[in-house]
Amino acid sequence: MEHGLFISIIYAFISLSVATIWGLLLGGIALKVVARAHGRFGPPVWQPIIDIIKNNARRTSISHGIMYFLGPVFRIAGGMGTFLFIPFIFGSSVFGNFSFAGDLFLVMYFIFFGQLGMALGAGESGHPYSAIGVARGLSQMTAFELPFALSVISLVIQYGTLNITSIVAAQQGGLLSWTLFTNPLATIAALISLQGMNMHNPFSIVIAPQEIPIGPPTEYHSNFLGLLQTNRGLFNIAKLALFMNLYFGGATNIAVMILKTFLLYMLTIFIGASFPRFRTEQSIRFFLGVPTVIGILAVIVIAYL
Amino acid sequence: MDNKEINNTKLANEGLSEQDRPLFCDARPQSYKPLGKYVEKFLNWARANSLWILGYGTGCGAIELRPLMTARFDMFRWGLAPRPTPRQAGVFVIGGYMSVKTLKRVIRSYEQMQGPKFVIGLGSCTINGGMYWDSYNTINRLDHYLPVDIYITGCMPRPEALIAGFNKLKEMIKAGETDGQNEYARNFDWYKANQKKIVKDWNMPDYNW
Repeated sequence: MEHGLFISIIYAFISLSVATIWGLLLGGIALKVVARAHGRFGPPVWQPIIDIIKNNARRTSISHGIMYFLGPVFRIAGGMGTFLFIPFIFGSSVFGNFSFAGDLFLVMYFIFFGQLGMALGAGESGHPYSAIGVARGLSQMTAFELPFALSVISLVIQYGTLNITSIVAAQQGGLLSWTLFTNPLATIAALISLQGMNMHNPFSIVIAPQEIPIGPPTEYHSNFLGLLQTNRGLFNIAKLALFMNLYFGGATNIAVMILKTFLLYMLTIFIGASFPRFRTEQSIRFFLGVPTVIGILAVIVIAYL
Repeated sequence: MDNKEINNTKLANEGLSEQDRPLFCDARPQSYKPLGKYVEKFLNWARANSLWILGYGTGCGAIELRPLMTARFDMFRWGLAPRPTPRQAGVFVIGGYMSVKTLKRVIRSYEQMQGPKFVIGLGSCTINGGMYWDSYNTINRLDHYLPVDIYITGCMPRPEALIAGFNKLKEMIKAGETDGQNEYARNFDWYKANQKKIVKDWNMPDYNW
């Protein structure tokens, strides 16, 4: 970044705030869409924001120990770390965020990092549903990381770089230069993996309502929960922005960004509203089956053909 | 009943065995002062528009919550949502009669909820015992055991009545008239004495933080 440190911090703050609010509104739109599928009206789209204000306004909160306290902090650090190394809007000085030669690896690590921190924190709360949710979450994450990692390897071979901004730059210049058309197999593997990452039906085995009431955050409340919900908005948009950048040509202005992240998220929501939940072993076998094979094919095709 | 000074002595936790006592908290609930006038007004607006119900069916009235959640009455429109854990919930809906056995669990769940928390008494049984007024196994007046914010009468009240009750509760929260958490903290000894009169096998801490 060419401007000074202070300006960079202000830009990062603006970028984070806009992304969080858009992510939370997307969550509200998702609630609305699912409600329409049920034949209901559903809550207003700004309901997640009111929930966060309410949770932070709680007068009491209790802690179960240091890791319990740090769990949501790690989670939001993971969300912010993921987001800040993804160009939210390509070429924009405010929303361009940070970038360096190997940031794709760092982003993939940060996607994992928040979940591990949350696993430690939720584990210390001592609630059995938390432990079940953590076990499910970590095993499912290991499964869906595999097709995603294969797809990323395919992209790295294709573009010869580990820098997300360079990958976006290589996709500029028309619809047909998107990875979606230049490397369709990698895109398919990654899109299936995205459904697992978003954890909506049929992959909602971690926060499985009516089953293990809400999984890892069962004991989290008040401002801890407020932090987790804020991160849900931010992390959601970070994942969508990553996929938009890697496979769908990135965004050069805010309208294109809103449209692309919206459509990507709606894919998840429509799948979620149409299918019931997998069991844990079904979900893991699903990711280790066809999507992994597609991922391997994507690597072979791009490397040898 | 109305002892204004807050007693700062530690709780005895007599229901627990000697070796279990250090594992549990012996602090009393504290009462909280509201923040500045306009801040509190804004926060009360947020609290009123995001009411999370503890999804714990305590009596036959719980059956009225299902149509309320689903497509016919759709309570999500008003920012109401069920929550499976007391830690995150803000509204406790007491669904009708309260047996001695459920009272123990209800006290435990209520104390685990984080304030500000509200209690809705649903049906006549919570007011005076209703058709169970002379039963050996139910309590008659709920507000002897928990601070109730609003009652919804009927046996059973229909979901429309529940919606009206929730909307009344929202108005009360916005006006800052609900103070159940502080009332419970101020009159803690009185509530505890009443609860212990009913629940004989008290094998839990005196305050389940």
